[in-house]
Amino acid sequence: MDAPENKLDSFIQSAGFNPRDWTAHMNAHGHSGFIGMRYNDHGDNWIELAFDWREDLVGDPETGVLASGPIISLLDNATSMSVWTRTGRFAPQVTLDLRIDYTRAALPGKPIIARAECYQLRRSMAFVRGIAHDGDIADPVAHAAGIFMMVDGQEWVK
Amino acid sequence: MNSTALPPYARAMGMEIAGIEDGSPLIMIDFSSRAMGRPGFFHGGVIGGVLEMAGFAALGAELERQGLDLRIKPINISTEYLRGGLPERLYARGEVVRAGRRVANVRIEAWQSDRDRPVASCWMNFQLSPKKA
Repeated sequence: MDAPENKLDSFIQSAGFNPRDWTAHMNAHGHSGFIGMRYNDHGDNWIELAFDWREDLVGDPETGVLASGPIISLLDNATSMSVWTRTGRFAPQVTLDLRIDYTRAALPGKPIIARAECYQLRRSMAFVRGIAHDGDIADPVAHAAGIFMMVDGQEWVK
Repeated sequence: MNSTALPPYARAMGMEIAGIEDGSPLIMIDFSSRAMGRPGFFHGGVIGGVLEMAGFAALGAELERQGLDLRIKPINISTEYLRGGLPERLYARGEVVRAGRRVANVRIEAWQSDRDRPVASCWMNFQLSPKKA
């Protein structure tokens, strides 16, 4: 598989945005790869990503409940990708702010699924929201609201 | 509190307790491929995870000072990402704004080589409850 830096160029030049391809290439490395993020589904302005429960992602060894860090990462990626899913094109952006409410502890052993949507798009900013759940979206484990800011491509990667 | 007291996720990411400053533990993490988001930068979720760990640690230390042994559950976190996290060591430290009987409010900052140029800043609310016997 190509290094993500090389693969990125093809996403920048690509006319459309395919969330499944992006997840397969860009989320296979680095932190997303470590967490084991995978593509689930997407629509016009939303996307679903997931990862499996794992012992080394636990935050409370007594109960086996996942740490919230990986859930932040998943919601960060899913909300970010929801923007490109909506615009139909990859463009460099950074997280300006992200708020997450932990509505209940995730069940040990269960995969976490994040469904995120871009609900408003401005020229330089994208407004996003997302829900993380462990099987039933009506009984979420976390709720996210955030803003992404478009940036110059040169500053985006090193 | 020492680094072995950190949860599995924090240890898997390579977080450590680098010391105590004015009563609040300093959490440290070195850059690694498993911490990388967009190429060459820390993942925002990792920065969030480090901020949270520093928040937990600050509150744990404060409750210990007050002689309280309570269960701590995060209610929410709101993070402002101020700068890209460069591929070098990252620190975070929390300040307990208020620790009441049921809720605690903590502010946390993360920085790299220059402490006056924070990478991210956040607030967290925690729910406090008696430990189950």
